[in-house]
Amino acid sequence: MARMTLDELRALRESKRQDLARRDVEGKDIQIIVGMGTCGIAAGAKLTFDALVDSIQKHGLENKVLVRQTGCMGLCYVEPTVEVAVPGMPVVIYGKMTQDVAEELVQKHLVEHALLNNHIFDRPAVDIVAKASNASLGGAEGSALRESPKGGK
Amino acid sequence: MHFEITDFIIDIVQNSCEAASKLVAVELHESAYYIDVLVRDDGKGMDDREIARSLDPFVTDRHKHPGRKVGLGLPFLKQAIDQSGGSFSLKSEKGKGTEVAFRFDRGQIDCPPLGDVSGLFLSILCLPGGQEMTIERTKTGLSYVLRKSELAEALGDLEHGSSLVLLKQYLRSQEEG
Repeated sequence: MARMTLDELRALRESKRQDLARRDVEGKDIQIIVGMGTCGIAAGAKLTFDALVDSIQKHGLENKVLVRQTGCMGLCYVEPTVEVAVPGMPVVIYGKMTQDVAEELVQKHLVEHALLNNHIFDRPAVDIVAKASNASLGGAEGSALRESPKGGK
Repeated sequence: MHFEITDFIIDIVQNSCEAASKLVAVELHESAYYIDVLVRDDGKGMDDREIARSLDPFVTDRHKHPGRKVGLGLPFLKQAIDQSGGSFSLKSEKGKGTEVAFRFDRGQIDCPPLGDVSGLFLSILCLPGGQEMTIERTKTGLSYVLRKSELAEALGDLEHGSSLVLLKQYLRSQEEG
């Protein structure tokens, strides 16, 4: 493949835009956040990020999904971690999300709107939540799903 | 410990992106004998005491993660270099910025594998933060420069799935020459 120029990249974007109009409705997008701290990187978060992009393309979801990166979410023992926010579903932090599970995540959570068993690790650990009311959080080990915990990042 | 050289690079670049910098410059040069990396930012920088402490795995600034006692990015890199006979330098000035440069010796049996370079660039270009990033890449018979602002302008943004799919394609074509 010949090396692409920036102009070719622009042209490619234009042609894709005609196929599907990007929805610019703020708050309606699906958001996937990959933990890219030292712990995540060591566990292969870069490969997970890559696999998620591939998988989103495979399922034709590229106009609906934002993929972002953040630092450590405090769940270093189950890296790579991925936070998924689908409108209308609770925000979930998945752990042990290696590249081979990334495809399953997209299929189950994003397409079927079902949760992925054995990978749910809830919310950021207490030491990551800056002003957490520590007493009520009860640590990171609980895996019961709560509504939109959204810790500090 | 990180497995691939590209993993060490993401870690160091992430430090730069989180250091209130306006420009992060990354260089990755590959020859038959060496892999040379440079990561330079104009962020908050460190004084001499902080430089020394940054290489201690049991130290972190505690700003990002209050209550946490370890910071492993730079110590991991230093350890990998020490184990495989490369070189490492860390220069920093408070308020001016930081420069991390290192070399891996490919002839050394303990030299880690380089890893996926276009995947590395995809990841660091999409790290959060509004700063500009330049990437200079050379290897035998190949050289190219990437600018985050240009790519963001060409694609509209660097976070929509549609942009990432195209960016990935673009980066792969650069790397394949």
